[in-house]
Parts: sequence; C-alpha cells; structure tokens
Amino acid sequence: MDYSPLWISLRAAILSTLIAFFLGVCAAGLTQKTGKLTRGILDAFFALPIVLPPTVTGFLLLVVFGNNSVIGQLLLQVGSGIVFSWPATVIAATIVAFPIVYRTSRGAFDQVDKELLSAGRTLGFGEFDIFWRIQLPLAWPGILSGIILGFARALGEFGATMMVAGNIAGRTQTIPIAIYSAVQGGDMETAYFWTAIISFAAILMIWLINLFEPR
Amino acid sequence: MRDRLLSLRIISLVILSLAVIYFAFTQTSTMPIQYTMSYESDGVNSEPTAGKAAPSAELIEPLNEQLLISAAASLKDVLQEIAEIYKSHTPGVAISFNFGASGTLQRQIEQGAPADIFISASPKQMDALESKGMILSESRTDILQNRLVLVIPANADKPASFESLFTVNRLALGDPASVPAGQYGEQVLNTFGLLDLLKAEGKIVLGSDVRTVLNWVETGNADAGIVYATDAFTTEEVRIVESAPEVSHDPIIYPAAVLAKSAGIEIALDFLNFLFSSDAAELFRQYGFTPLNEN
Repeated sequence: MDYSPLWISLRAAILSTLIAFFLGVCAAGLTQKTGKLTRGILDAFFALPIVLPPTVTGFLLLVVFGNNSVIGQLLLQVGSGIVFSWPATVIAATIVAFPIVYRTSRGAFDQVDKELLSAGRTLGFGEFDIFWRIQLPLAWPGILSGIILGFARALGEFGATMMVAGNIAGRTQTIPIAIYSAVQGGDMETAYFWTAIISFAAILMIWLINLFEPR
Repeated sequence: MRDRLLSLRIISLVILSLAVIYFAFTQTSTMPIQYTMSYESDGVNSEPTAGKAAPSAELIEPLNEQLLISAAASLKDVLQEIAEIYKSHTPGVAISFNFGASGTLQRQIEQGAPADIFISASPKQMDALESKGMILSESRTDILQNRLVLVIPANADKPASFESLFTVNRLALGDPASVPAGQYGEQVLNTFGLLDLLKAEGKIVLGSDVRTVLNWVETGNADAGIVYATDAFTTEEVRIVESAPEVSHDPIIYPAAVLAKSAGIEIALDFLNFLFSSDAAELFRQYGFTPLNEN
C-alpha cells in the first residue's frame, strides 16, 4: 500500500490553505475600502474559481503556466517548469481555496460592529491598527471556519490538479487522483481505502467548523 | 409590485430552463437501449427493432439503427473516417463512438455501458470481458497490429533514444492500470532497465489514455512520451526518435468483438465485417496500422 497520496494531499492542502489565508484575508480587508462597483467586480473575479468547472480552471492554469506559455518558458529557464510538479498541486489547491477564505473573511469583517471601528478611530487608531487590533480579532471565528472550509476544498481538489499537476505516483498523486486512478484500474480496495480516509477527514472538518462558528 | 416582478422573473427563468432541457433532448440522442436476452446462437437472427420506444428525436430524421462503439483512443481518427464510408454505403445508421483507454472502456462495459462493439488495444481487456461472457465469442477477431514509439516535441532534440531516457525530466506514459499503451510502455522500459529508476525519481507522468500522453508531448509539458506509431503520425508537433524493438513488449494486437448485450447485433456484425474489408484495411494502412485478417 502506497501512502504517498496522504502526504502529497496534506502538503498541498496545508500550504495552499496558508497562502489562501494570507491572500484571502488581505483581499477581504482591502476590498472593504473600495467603492461598491469596484468591490462588485473584484468579488466576481475572486469568486471565479468556485464557479468555473475545475477542468476549466485547470485548463486556464495550463495555458498560463504551461511550458508553452510566457511564464512557463521563464520557469523552464530556472528549473523544470511548474507543470507536473508538486508546486502545481499547491497552485491548483490555492486557486480553489482562496475564494472560500475570501468570501467568509469578507462576511466576517462585515459582521463586526462598525461602531467599534469608529470608536477606534476616535481613540486615534490608524486604519491598519483598526484592522489588525479590532476587526481581525473580532472576525476571527468566522475567518477560522473559512480557513477550515478552504482546507477541506483544497484537500478534495481534483479536476484542476489533474490537469496541471498530472498523475505522478509519489510526487503529485493526491488522494482524489489516487482514487480516480484506482477506479480506472479496477483496484477497488485502494479506492475504498482512500475514500474512507477522505470521508473521515471531511467529517472532521465539518465538526471543527461547527465548533468555531460564531454564535 | 416588487413581488410581481420577482415572480415574473422566476417564472421566466423556469420556462427558459425547461426550454433548454427540451432542446437538449431533441438535439441529442436519447433513444432507450433495449437489452435483448443473452444470445446463445449465431447471433444473426436479431429481433426487429420495432420494440424500441418512440425516440425523442422527432425534429431530426428518424433513425433506423444506432451503433455505439467503444474503441481504444488510438483509433479515434481512423475509425471516424471508416464510419463515414460505412454510412455512405449504409444509410440510416447512426454511429456514435466512445473513445478512451481500453481498461476504462472495459470497466464501463462491465458496469453496463450500452455499447454494441468493443475494440481494445490489447487482448487483455477483451479476455476479461470474454471470461465474463459479455462478448459474442464467435465475433471476436484480431483486427489490427500497431507499433510503440518514443516521441519528443518536434522542436526538441533530446532524449534521442529509449536508452537515454534516464536524462529526461518528465516522461509521459499511459496509466498502466488502464491504458494498454502504458502497459506496453512499461514492458519496454523494463527491457531497457529504466522503469524502476524513472519511477523512483518520480519522472513518469501517467496519462488517462494514449492521446493525453501524446498531447503532453505536443505541448511540451512532457519531454518525451511513449505512444503508438499511429498516434505520432496524427500530429506534426512531435517527432519519433525510436521505435520500440518488437521483442521488448507483447505484440500490440487490437481485438474487436460484438458485445452480448448489444441491442443491434445484426447491424453490429455488419459493421464489424466492414472493418475487415479491403476499403477499411486500406484506410488503416494509411494511418499506419497493420490490418490483420483482411477479407
């Protein structure tokens, strides 16, 4: 039994959730300041990875990062390219986790009582302090559930990962890809095993999210 | 006032969705496949197709016969061309293809996919179906032979041989669990003593069928790939650098058979026969296949 899909999946999901967390919270914090129209456009753009079919996301990633593209050629100069490598699993997982963290963070920030923020301003806090010391701590439970949801999504990412990271046993074969491969090859035992693992992880996530949900 | 506008919008959305669904049914084929009892006889006396439910395709020409052929991905271009010729001889037959990795197709059929004919890129998958009684054994015949080659992107010059594959960054290979080209490819790599090395170094990218492997080499996302000679001939974006020695892998034989659960056994047998005709054989040769059992 090859357990590498577990480590590959965990590595991709953890790294991508970390990146999505930073990007998502920053984006959510920044878009608060923008006008309604800009925010609407940015919202739609950031939400794309959730709405697009994963294969489309994967295809677009391939077009942008593939060895034939501008970015791809640059990456080839410094290494062996990003396609079919484990960083590609992180990229794919980040792209799908980011919208989730972004949206829940935005929702969490919106929930924070504006009066408290104003109170901060009267006390002489700068905008960053208001964000960092008032808004973020108060919005934290909501953000946390967003992170967990994003992690769950990153763990289950299949379509985009398949297209851009490929199926390399021991390098980019995540758990969902391992399940797909096992079913293709008729290896039902392996398929059941990984399905059980991921199902257990999913249940754990849901329980954790409920735990941290803001009352 | 606002409520009325909202309900108006909802109703128009529902009507639009229903219209789309209706068109989806009429523009595609959803004729129900009726399973006949399993055939013990010569399979020639099929029931007339009068029992078929009225097709939802009233807006397009009524079809007499429908064939669904599950075939190995490498046969994509040549079979579609052969089907066109067959349809010009035999009007009223609609031929749909389901191309994919032979292993995947085999599992689909085992799970009840309503195919009439199965053509695999290796006897393995056909044997599996035969042992489960899912094909008409009398109809099973080897139809083609193929060769395995190593390809690289057209504008590359390395690697130049199977032997030098240890220098490669990414070698594209069909997933041996379901793709015959991957199974043959592993045999070749084993012969050259490179399989374990490349696997251990994580240099092999597995494709879900041989055309995916080809595409990865075409786009330069893989440095090299192992595909059939016939696949390499379909594109100018790859170069063949070496042909696998015949002794390094099992003979690449494509068996074809009519499936026992086919709803149109007569027409399926007729099409299968056509595949062995000299017209079809000529077309196969043009694409680089070696026809077997030509009539």
